[in-house]
Amino acid sequence: MSPSSGEKRVGRLRRIIDWIEDRTGAETALKTFLYEDIPASSGWHQVFGSVALFAFLVQAFTGVLLAFNYSPSPGEAYNSVRYIMTEVTAGRLIRGLHHWGASVMIVVVVLHMVQVFLWGAYKKPREATWLAGCCLLLLTLAFGLTGYLLPWDNRAYWGTVVTTQIIGSAPIVGPYLTRLIGGSGGVGVVTFSRFYAMHVLLLPPLTMLLAGIHIYLVRKHGVMAAPDDTRPHKKFFPEQVFKDTVAIFLVFTILFLMAVLVRIPMERIADPTDTAYIPRPEWYFLFLFQTLKFFEGPLEVVGAVILPNLAILLLFLVPFIDRGRAMRVARRTTAMAIVAFAALGWAGLTAAAVATTPKQAESSAAAELNEPGAWQELAPEDLAAVGYFRAENCANCHAIGRQGPAPDLTSIQIRQPSTWMLPHFKQPAPATAPPVPLSDAQWNSLVAFFSKMNEKSAEALASAPQFAVDGAMIYQKFQCGACHQINGVGQRLGPPLNGVGMHRTRDWLIGHFNDPKKFSPGTIMPPYRFNEKDMNAITSYLLALPK
Amino acid sequence: MAETTTDRRTFYLSVVYGLSAIMGMALGIPALLYLFVPPRARQGNEWVDAGDVSQLRPNVPEELQFRRRRVDGWRVVSEKTSAWVVQIPKEGLVAFSPQCTHLGCAYHWDDSKKVFVCPCHTSAFSIDGKVLEGPAPRPLDRYAVKVDRGHILIGPLQKASNVA
Repeated sequence: MSPSSGEKRVGRLRRIIDWIEDRTGAETALKTFLYEDIPASSGWHQVFGSVALFAFLVQAFTGVLLAFNYSPSPGEAYNSVRYIMTEVTAGRLIRGLHHWGASVMIVVVVLHMVQVFLWGAYKKPREATWLAGCCLLLLTLAFGLTGYLLPWDNRAYWGTVVTTQIIGSAPIVGPYLTRLIGGSGGVGVVTFSRFYAMHVLLLPPLTMLLAGIHIYLVRKHGVMAAPDDTRPHKKFFPEQVFKDTVAIFLVFTILFLMAVLVRIPMERIADPTDTAYIPRPEWYFLFLFQTLKFFEGPLEVVGAVILPNLAILLLFLVPFIDRGRAMRVARRTTAMAIVAFAALGWAGLTAAAVATTPKQAESSAAAELNEPGAWQELAPEDLAAVGYFRAENCANCHAIGRQGPAPDLTSIQIRQPSTWMLPHFKQPAPATAPPVPLSDAQWNSLVAFFSKMNEKSAEALASAPQFAVDGAMIYQKFQCGACHQINGVGQRLGPPLNGVGMHRTRDWLIGHFNDPKKFSPGTIMPPYRFNEKDMNAITSYLLALPK
Repeated sequence: MAETTTDRRTFYLSVVYGLSAIMGMALGIPALLYLFVPPRARQGNEWVDAGDVSQLRPNVPEELQFRRRRVDGWRVVSEKTSAWVVQIPKEGLVAFSPQCTHLGCAYHWDDSKKVFVCPCHTSAFSIDGKVLEGPAPRPLDRYAVKVDRGHILIGPLQKASNVA
């Protein structure tokens, strides 16, 4: 009987595998790895190590992809990240996976440590495994810290300013560490390069090396069995591999959903002169941020440096402090109490930090990624002209961004003299809707706008948000520019209004419009009692002004 | 007993392979899209003014200089570029990209022989861009071009295959 085609195929596959096995020993190695003996008591509680490794691999994978479209220098960095987020196909997803992956990684690594701690799996002879694990925790935090700066937005910049200040305040070594991370003259290009180099050149190989040592030690000592487990050993594959895979899949699903659904914070480009910005660290560092607030003056170094380092030292020393006999997990009440206390303390400090940090002023909050922001640089008069253009329904003929009955004014160069424009505006073409009555001043600003048409005004014409345009029209209507200045245009009788959102809230502005003397005693500004719609428009516009 | 163990093993294996395949695809497909699907273009077609049409004489190509914006990844660069523009009586206004279709050298108009000549490998093109001699594989590339109120407006580059 001749073998069937299926058997032949299996035979051929077998020969290929044998060929590889003879030359590399790969099959034996894989089998040794998969068919490791593990105690009968192992199970779901031991999946966290595999999940942590998987999370690291996802970070490495998405990190390499991001680096393909990322420019590691300040300014360029911000633009390239925006480019990834708004233009590159699937860029938002890839960055989402990397951004939220960092948080997932922290959570998983901490859960892994908590499990090992609760079960007492660090006890002799597994002390070295625990030490390597502690180093990996620190590396994970270092990844978070260095990666935080790389988008180079306000949030990244100011968060890192605080970090470098804390590092610099360490006794004796502070100045040297500051020099090492390039923070001597404040956070700048050198700091940026050092953080980038650490994030992509130093930390990944170091993590791989330590993870290798960590896994080697786990295999050398074997998975810890429960003390009363006398049942025969089982194999790692397939049952435990199944449990690990299910856990990995659950975590991956959460990460993927976060990457798709949750907005990634992205603020305006880093502005070192923005003194009103309230920096705050990533959520997993908030508890440290809060601890700092309990120590003032000369004691600050206690909260900033001594306590955190003491905690790290204690963590490293756990296997040498707890040297008692192995016990069943249910009887390790001290360990449970410590974990509960730590969790409560962490949660309390984090909650306090969230509650006590003031909300960011509106304009500093996340810059909308889809708005190019060219309108923010226009003078109020020009922005108001965009409003007249819209109110007049000019776009019915002069379609924006596509071919309409009349020229698209954002794509051609305007060569008509301004003397031609005014009559054209007032009586555009025979068949149009009746013109909206505009004042001569308004007509003139429309003429001025189109006479000096450039890339920025074209972009604003196409994309300025309506609230800003409405606000600018009100600003023009009430001649606010007779006392105030925006983007360098207007008088300086009153304070310039750029960046007013950094230090004023909407409520303050509304109150001030209604009764200026109450908020700024001695001011010469008369009250303006706008209706609700106008008030909303003017305050939104003012709050959105750039610094 | 032996059968339940086999069943369970099959179940474990199919879950492990199935979930791994899903995760592989969830990471692999976005990665392929990220690497191979071109980014959304920021600027649409742009018409750039290259000068007055009255400066052209029929059948005399002129190299016209103009600035145009080019999207380069996350940057928009404004760069100086040029086009050979010629008024051909039977075809109308034509604008050629200033690079030879062979290896991208800059060619010029030889007014005595009435041909475009590339100095690199002696490709020659007729006034309407057809290859007369040399290694050039296809006619000269053309820009979209139109006249608006007496001004020459240069549009996007069109590949020679679209020109027929």
